[in-house]
Amino acid sequence: MNEIPTLRTLTPAESEQLRARQRNRNRVLGVLLLSLAVLFFAISIVKISEMARFHS
Amino acid sequence: MIPAQPQALLMPTDWRDFFALTKPGVMRLVIFTALCGMLAAPGTLHPVLAFTAILCIAVGAGGAAALNQWWEADIDAVMKRTSRRPLPGGRMQRESARDFGFALSGISVMTMGLAIGWLTAGILAFSIFYYAWIYTVWLKPRTPQNIVIGGGAGAFPPLIGWIAVTGHITLMPVLLFLIIFMWTPPHFWALALFVQTDYSKAGIPMMPVVAGEKSTRWQILAYAGVLLPLSMTPWFIGGTGRIYGLAAFLLSSVFLWLSIRVGLRASAPGDGMKPEKRLFAYSIFYLFILFAMLVVDRFATIYGWQA
Repeated sequence: MNEIPTLRTLTPAESEQLRARQRNRNRVLGVLLLSLAVLFFAISIVKISEMARFHS
Repeated sequence: MIPAQPQALLMPTDWRDFFALTKPGVMRLVIFTALCGMLAAPGTLHPVLAFTAILCIAVGAGGAAALNQWWEADIDAVMKRTSRRPLPGGRMQRESARDFGFALSGISVMTMGLAIGWLTAGILAFSIFYYAWIYTVWLKPRTPQNIVIGGGAGAFPPLIGWIAVTGHITLMPVLLFLIIFMWTPPHFWALALFVQTDYSKAGIPMMPVVAGEKSTRWQILAYAGVLLPLSMTPWFIGGTGRIYGLAAFLLSSVFLWLSIRVGLRASAPGDGMKPEKRLFAYSIFYLFILFAMLVVDRFATIYGWQA
Protein backbone atom coordinates (compact mmCIF):
# COMPACT_ATOMS: atom_id res chain seq x y z
CA MET A 1 0.00 0.00 0.00
CA ASN A 2 1.06 3.56 -0.53
CA GLU A 3 2.03 5.58 2.48
CA ILE A 4 -0.53 8.21 3.42
CA PRO A 5 1.02 11.57 2.59
CA THR A 6 1.23 14.17 5.31
CA LEU A 7 -1.36 16.85 4.58
CA ARG A 8 -0.45 20.50 4.78
CA THR A 9 -1.75 23.73 3.31
CA LEU A 10 -0.66 24.27 -0.28
CA THR A 11 1.39 27.32 -1.14
CA PRO A 12 -0.25 29.74 -3.63
CA ALA A 13 2.08 28.49 -6.38
CA GLU A 14 1.19 24.86 -5.68
CA SER A 15 -2.46 25.73 -5.54
CA GLU A 16 -2.24 27.42 -8.93
CA GLN A 17 -0.38 24.40 -10.33
CA LEU A 18 -3.13 22.12 -9.03
CA ARG A 19 -5.86 24.24 -10.59
CA ALA A 20 -3.97 24.40 -13.90
CA ARG A 21 -3.62 20.64 -13.96
CA GLN A 22 -7.32 20.17 -13.19
CA ARG A 23 -8.24 22.61 -15.97
CA ASN A 24 -6.00 20.77 -18.43
CA ARG A 25 -7.49 17.40 -17.51
CA ASN A 26 -11.01 18.75 -17.85
CA ARG A 27 -10.20 20.21 -21.25
CA VAL A 28 -8.72 16.94 -22.51
CA LEU A 29 -11.67 14.96 -21.14
CA GLY A 30 -14.11 17.41 -22.75
CA VAL A 31 -12.42 17.08 -26.15
CA LEU A 32 -12.43 13.27 -25.82
CA LEU A 33 -16.12 13.10 -24.92
CA LEU A 34 -17.06 15.48 -27.73
CA SER A 35 -15.01 13.42 -30.21
CA LEU A 36 -16.72 10.25 -29.01
CA ALA A 37 -20.14 11.84 -29.49
CA VAL A 38 -19.20 12.90 -33.05
CA LEU A 39 -17.77 9.45 -33.78
CA PHE A 40 -20.90 7.64 -32.57
CA PHE A 41 -23.07 10.02 -34.57
CA ALA A 42 -21.00 9.30 -37.71
CA ILE A 43 -21.09 5.54 -37.08
CA SER A 44 -24.88 5.68 -36.69
CA ILE A 45 -25.32 7.62 -39.95
CA VAL A 46 -23.09 5.15 -41.86
CA LYS A 47 -24.85 2.11 -40.34
CA ILE A 48 -28.32 3.51 -41.07
CA SER A 49 -27.42 4.40 -44.67
CA GLU A 50 -25.84 0.95 -45.18
CA MET A 51 -29.00 -0.69 -43.85
CA ALA A 52 -31.18 1.47 -46.09
CA ARG A 53 -29.05 0.49 -49.12
CA PHE A 54 -29.26 -3.20 -48.13
CA HIS A 55 -33.07 -3.12 -47.91
CA SER A 56 -33.62 -1.11 -51.11
CA MET B 1 5.84 -0.63 -3.47
CA ILE B 2 5.56 2.83 -4.95
CA PRO B 3 7.85 5.22 -3.08
CA ALA B 4 5.91 7.76 -1.05
CA GLN B 5 6.08 11.16 -2.73
CA PRO B 6 3.52 13.29 -0.88
CA GLN B 7 3.76 16.32 -3.16
CA ALA B 8 3.49 14.28 -6.34
CA LEU B 9 0.49 12.33 -5.05
CA LEU B 10 -1.33 15.46 -3.89
CA MET B 11 -1.42 16.65 -7.48
CA PRO B 12 -3.97 15.15 -9.85
CA THR B 13 -2.16 13.06 -12.45
CA ASP B 14 -1.29 15.00 -15.58
CA TRP B 15 -3.17 13.82 -18.70
CA ARG B 16 0.19 13.29 -20.42
CA ASP B 17 0.98 10.57 -17.89
CA PHE B 18 -2.24 8.77 -18.76
CA PHE B 19 -1.26 9.07 -22.41
CA ALA B 20 2.23 7.70 -21.64
CA LEU B 21 0.56 4.71 -19.97
CA THR B 22 -0.76 3.60 -23.37
CA LYS B 23 2.83 3.16 -24.71
CA PRO B 24 2.44 5.50 -27.70
CA GLY B 25 5.69 4.26 -29.23
CA VAL B 26 4.40 0.69 -29.48
CA MET B 27 1.04 1.98 -30.66
CA ARG B 28 2.58 3.40 -33.85
CA LEU B 29 3.52 -0.09 -35.01
CA VAL B 30 0.12 -1.43 -33.88
CA ILE B 31 -1.75 1.23 -35.88
CA PHE B 32 0.48 0.79 -38.90
CA THR B 33 0.18 -3.03 -39.08
CA ALA B 34 -3.58 -2.87 -38.44
CA LEU B 35 -3.97 -0.31 -41.23
CA CYS B 36 -1.89 -2.47 -43.58
CA GLY B 37 -3.98 -5.54 -42.76
CA MET B 38 -7.09 -3.51 -43.48
CA LEU B 39 -5.82 -2.04 -46.76
CA ALA B 40 -4.46 -5.38 -47.99
CA ALA B 41 -7.70 -7.26 -47.29
CA PRO B 42 -9.99 -8.03 -50.21
CA GLY B 43 -13.08 -5.87 -49.85
CA THR B 44 -13.99 -2.37 -48.80
CA LEU B 45 -14.99 -0.66 -45.58
CA HIS B 46 -16.59 2.75 -45.19
CA PRO B 47 -13.87 5.27 -44.18
CA VAL B 48 -15.72 6.15 -40.95
CA LEU B 49 -15.91 2.48 -39.98
CA ALA B 50 -12.30 1.89 -41.03
CA PHE B 51 -11.20 4.82 -38.84
CA THR B 52 -13.29 3.45 -35.97
CA ALA B 53 -11.76 -0.02 -36.32
CA ILE B 54 -8.19 1.38 -36.27
CA LEU B 55 -9.09 3.61 -33.31
CA CYS B 56 -10.52 0.63 -31.39
CA ILE B 57 -7.43 -1.49 -32.10
CA ALA B 58 -5.18 1.38 -30.93
CA VAL B 59 -7.25 2.14 -27.82
CA GLY B 60 -7.48 -1.58 -27.00
CA ALA B 61 -3.68 -1.86 -27.28
CA GLY B 62 -3.39 1.23 -25.06
CA GLY B 63 -5.70 -0.35 -22.48
CA ALA B 64 -3.66 -3.55 -22.47
CA ALA B 65 -0.46 -1.49 -22.08
CA ALA B 66 -1.95 0.38 -19.11
CA LEU B 67 -2.96 -2.91 -17.45
CA ASN B 68 0.54 -4.25 -18.13
CA GLN B 69 2.10 -1.23 -16.37
CA TRP B 70 -0.34 -1.47 -13.48
CA TRP B 71 0.69 -5.10 -12.92
CA GLU B 72 4.41 -4.55 -13.46
CA ALA B 73 4.93 -1.28 -11.54
CA ASP B 74 7.33 -2.98 -9.10
CA ILE B 75 9.37 -4.58 -11.88
CA ASP B 76 9.45 -1.33 -13.88
CA ALA B 77 10.81 0.51 -10.85
CA VAL B 78 14.04 -1.53 -10.78
CA MET B 79 14.74 -1.42 -14.51
CA LYS B 80 16.57 1.64 -15.86
CA ARG B 81 14.64 1.60 -19.16
CA THR B 82 11.25 1.71 -17.41
CA SER B 83 11.93 3.42 -14.10
CA ARG B 84 10.67 6.82 -15.32
CA ARG B 85 7.22 5.54 -16.33
CA PRO B 86 4.26 7.24 -14.56
CA LEU B 87 3.77 4.53 -11.89
CA PRO B 88 7.36 3.86 -10.78
CA GLY B 89 7.98 7.61 -11.12
CA GLY B 90 5.33 8.16 -8.41
CA ARG B 91 3.25 10.45 -10.64
CA MET B 92 0.13 8.28 -10.56
CA GLN B 93 -1.84 6.09 -8.18
CA ARG B 94 -1.72 2.41 -9.06
CA GLU B 95 -5.52 2.14 -9.00
CA SER B 96 -5.82 4.95 -11.55
CA ALA B 97 -3.70 2.97 -14.02
CA ARG B 98 -5.82 -0.14 -13.44
CA ASP B 99 -9.13 1.69 -13.90
CA PHE B 100 -7.82 3.54 -16.95
CA GLY B 101 -6.68 0.24 -18.50
CA PHE B 102 -10.01 -1.50 -17.90
CA ALA B 103 -11.96 1.53 -19.17
CA LEU B 104 -9.97 1.77 -22.42
CA SER B 105 -10.25 -1.99 -22.98
CA GLY B 106 -14.01 -2.03 -22.35
CA ILE B 107 -14.75 1.04 -24.49
CA SER B 108 -12.65 -0.24 -27.41
CA VAL B 109 -14.26 -3.70 -27.44
CA MET B 110 -17.83 -2.38 -27.13
CA THR B 111 -17.30 0.25 -29.85
CA MET B 112 -15.70 -2.34 -32.15
CA GLY B 113 -18.66 -4.68 -31.59
CA LEU B 114 -21.26 -2.01 -32.32
CA ALA B 115 -19.49 -0.43 -35.30
CA ILE B 116 -17.79 -3.37 -37.02
CA GLY B 117 -19.01 -6.69 -35.66
CA TRP B 118 -18.77 -9.00 -32.71
CA LEU B 119 -16.27 -11.44 -34.28
CA THR B 120 -13.76 -8.59 -34.65
CA ALA B 121 -14.64 -7.30 -31.17
CA GLY B 122 -14.20 -10.81 -29.73
CA ILE B 123 -10.73 -11.13 -31.26
CA LEU B 124 -9.83 -7.65 -29.96
CA ALA B 125 -11.01 -8.63 -26.46
CA PHE B 126 -8.97 -11.83 -26.65
CA SER B 127 -5.88 -9.91 -27.79
CA ILE B 128 -6.17 -7.59 -24.76
CA PHE B 129 -6.63 -10.58 -22.44
CA TYR B 130 -3.69 -12.30 -24.16
CA TYR B 131 -1.32 -9.38 -23.51
CA ALA B 132 -2.60 -8.25 -20.11
CA TRP B 133 -3.10 -11.68 -18.56
CA ILE B 134 -1.54 -14.58 -20.52
CA TYR B 135 1.67 -12.66 -21.27
CA THR B 136 2.04 -10.11 -18.43
CA VAL B 137 0.68 -12.00 -15.44
CA TRP B 138 1.13 -15.63 -16.39
CA LEU B 139 4.05 -16.21 -18.75
CA LYS B 140 6.47 -13.32 -18.37
CA PRO B 141 7.52 -14.06 -14.78
CA ARG B 142 7.49 -17.85 -15.30
CA THR B 143 9.22 -18.92 -18.48
CA PRO B 144 12.02 -17.73 -20.76
CA GLN B 145 9.66 -18.59 -23.64
CA ASN B 146 7.53 -15.62 -22.46
CA ILE B 147 8.40 -13.50 -25.44
CA VAL B 148 7.66 -16.28 -27.96
CA ILE B 149 4.08 -16.72 -26.81
CA GLY B 150 3.77 -13.05 -25.83
CA GLY B 151 4.64 -12.16 -29.41
CA GLY B 152 1.12 -13.25 -30.26
CA ALA B 153 -0.20 -10.14 -28.57
CA GLY B 154 1.58 -7.87 -31.03
CA ALA B 155 0.55 -10.09 -33.91
CA PHE B 156 -3.17 -9.45 -33.53
CA PRO B 157 -3.53 -5.95 -35.10
CA PRO B 158 -3.19 -6.92 -38.81
CA LEU B 159 -5.40 -9.96 -38.19
CA ILE B 160 -8.09 -7.77 -36.62
CA GLY B 161 -7.69 -5.13 -39.36
CA TRP B 162 -8.15 -7.76 -42.07
CA ILE B 163 -11.16 -9.40 -40.39
CA ALA B 164 -12.77 -5.98 -39.84
CA VAL B 165 -12.96 -5.74 -43.65
CA THR B 166 -13.80 -9.33 -44.63
CA GLY B 167 -15.89 -10.35 -41.62
CA HIS B 168 -14.38 -13.82 -41.45
CA ILE B 169 -11.09 -15.61 -40.67
CA THR B 170 -9.08 -16.96 -43.63
CA LEU B 171 -5.52 -18.19 -44.15
CA MET B 172 -4.08 -14.80 -45.19
CA PRO B 173 -4.76 -12.91 -41.92
CA VAL B 174 -3.51 -15.95 -40.00
CA LEU B 175 -0.28 -15.80 -42.03
CA LEU B 176 0.12 -12.10 -41.19
CA PHE B 177 -0.35 -13.06 -37.54
CA LEU B 178 2.30 -15.78 -37.85
CA ILE B 179 4.81 -13.43 -39.53
CA ILE B 180 4.72 -11.04 -36.57
CA PHE B 181 4.65 -14.01 -34.18
CA MET B 182 7.91 -15.36 -35.64
CA TRP B 183 9.43 -11.88 -35.96
CA THR B 184 8.98 -11.00 -32.28
CA PRO B 185 11.56 -13.37 -30.67
CA PRO B 186 14.57 -12.27 -32.77
CA HIS B 187 13.42 -8.64 -32.46
CA PHE B 188 13.03 -8.76 -28.70
CA TRP B 189 15.98 -11.04 -27.90
CA ALA B 190 18.28 -8.72 -29.85
CA LEU B 191 17.16 -6.01 -27.41
CA ALA B 192 17.38 -8.37 -24.43
CA LEU B 193 20.99 -9.20 -25.34
CA PHE B 194 22.11 -5.62 -24.83
CA VAL B 195 19.89 -4.81 -21.82
CA GLN B 196 20.11 -8.21 -20.07
CA THR B 197 21.52 -6.81 -16.83
CA ASP B 198 18.29 -4.82 -16.44
CA TYR B 199 16.14 -7.95 -16.77
CA SER B 200 18.24 -10.03 -14.38
CA LYS B 201 18.03 -7.23 -11.80
CA ALA B 202 14.22 -7.31 -12.08
CA GLY B 203 14.09 -11.14 -11.85
CA ILE B 204 12.46 -11.55 -15.27
CA PRO B 205 13.48 -14.87 -16.85
CA MET B 206 14.48 -13.46 -20.22
CA MET B 207 16.19 -15.95 -22.52
CA PRO B 208 19.72 -14.45 -22.30
CA VAL B 209 19.45 -14.46 -18.48
CA VAL B 210 18.15 -18.04 -18.17
CA ALA B 211 19.52 -19.99 -21.14
CA GLY B 212 22.62 -17.87 -21.69
CA GLU B 213 23.80 -15.79 -24.58
CA LYS B 214 24.90 -18.64 -26.85
CA SER B 215 21.53 -20.37 -26.80
CA THR B 216 19.70 -17.06 -27.34
CA ARG B 217 21.88 -16.24 -30.34
CA TRP B 218 21.17 -19.65 -31.91
CA GLN B 219 17.46 -19.21 -31.34
CA ILE B 220 17.50 -15.75 -32.96
CA LEU B 221 19.12 -17.38 -35.98
CA ALA B 222 16.55 -20.20 -36.03
CA TYR B 223 13.57 -17.83 -35.94
CA ALA B 224 15.09 -15.64 -38.67
CA GLY B 225 15.60 -18.80 -40.74
CA VAL B 226 11.92 -19.73 -40.40
CA LEU B 227 10.83 -16.14 -41.05
CA LEU B 228 12.35 -16.10 -44.54
CA PRO B 229 10.05 -18.76 -46.10
CA LEU B 230 7.15 -17.80 -43.85
CA SER B 231 7.18 -14.15 -44.97
CA MET B 232 7.03 -15.37 -48.58
CA THR B 233 4.15 -17.79 -47.99
CA PRO B 234 1.43 -15.18 -48.79
CA TRP B 235 2.97 -15.08 -52.28
CA PHE B 236 3.36 -18.88 -52.50
CA ILE B 237 -0.35 -19.44 -51.79
CA GLY B 238 -1.40 -16.75 -54.27
CA GLY B 239 -2.61 -14.32 -51.61
CA THR B 240 -0.27 -11.60 -52.93
CA GLY B 241 1.58 -10.85 -56.16
CA ARG B 242 5.26 -10.89 -56.99
CA ILE B 243 5.94 -7.33 -55.76
CA TYR B 244 5.31 -8.48 -52.20
CA GLY B 245 7.03 -11.83 -52.81
CA LEU B 246 10.24 -10.22 -54.03
CA ALA B 247 10.20 -7.57 -51.28
CA ALA B 248 9.66 -10.27 -48.63
CA PHE B 249 12.56 -12.28 -50.04
CA LEU B 250 14.95 -9.30 -50.03
CA LEU B 251 13.90 -7.93 -46.63
CA SER B 252 13.95 -11.35 -44.94
CA SER B 253 17.30 -12.24 -46.51
CA VAL B 254 18.86 -9.11 -44.96
CA PHE B 255 17.13 -10.01 -41.66
CA LEU B 256 18.66 -13.49 -41.85
CA TRP B 257 22.11 -12.08 -42.70
CA LEU B 258 22.05 -9.73 -39.70
CA SER B 259 20.80 -12.62 -37.52
CA ILE B 260 23.67 -14.82 -38.74
CA ARG B 261 26.11 -12.10 -37.63
CA VAL B 262 24.43 -12.03 -34.21
CA GLY B 263 23.97 -15.81 -34.01
CA LEU B 264 27.54 -16.80 -34.73
CA ARG B 265 29.36 -14.40 -32.44
CA ALA B 266 30.04 -14.18 -28.71
CA SER B 267 30.18 -10.89 -26.85
CA ALA B 268 33.31 -9.86 -25.01
CA PRO B 269 33.48 -7.67 -21.88
CA GLY B 270 33.09 -4.01 -22.85
CA ASP B 271 31.54 -5.10 -26.13
CA GLY B 272 29.48 -2.36 -27.79
CA MET B 273 26.97 -5.02 -28.96
CA LYS B 274 26.77 -3.31 -32.34
CA PRO B 275 25.45 -6.31 -34.36
CA GLU B 276 22.64 -6.81 -31.82
CA LYS B 277 21.71 -3.12 -31.88
CA ARG B 278 21.79 -3.16 -35.68
CA LEU B 279 19.53 -6.23 -35.80
CA PHE B 280 17.09 -4.63 -33.35
CA ALA B 281 16.92 -1.41 -35.38
CA TYR B 282 16.59 -3.29 -38.67
CA SER B 283 13.84 -5.54 -37.28
CA ILE B 284 11.59 -2.48 -36.77
CA PHE B 285 12.37 -1.17 -40.26
CA TYR B 286 11.75 -4.69 -41.63
CA LEU B 287 8.24 -4.97 -40.27
CA PHE B 288 7.25 -1.47 -41.41
CA ILE B 289 8.47 -2.04 -44.97
CA LEU B 290 7.19 -5.63 -45.23
CA PHE B 291 3.64 -4.57 -44.33
CA ALA B 292 3.87 -1.46 -46.51
CA MET B 293 4.81 -3.71 -49.44
CA LEU B 294 1.74 -5.82 -48.73
CA VAL B 295 -0.39 -2.73 -49.34
CA VAL B 296 1.66 -1.63 -52.38
CA ASP B 297 1.20 -5.12 -53.82
CA ARG B 298 -2.55 -5.02 -53.28
CA PHE B 299 -2.91 -1.62 -54.99
CA ALA B 300 -0.61 -2.73 -57.82
CA THR B 301 -2.96 -5.67 -58.42
CA ILE B 302 -6.09 -3.49 -58.22
CA TYR B 303 -4.69 -0.98 -60.74
CA GLY B 304 -3.43 -3.75 -63.04
CA TRP B 305 0.31 -3.10 -62.63
CA GLN B 306 0.84 -6.79 -61.96
CA ALA B 307 -1.05 -10.00 -62.71
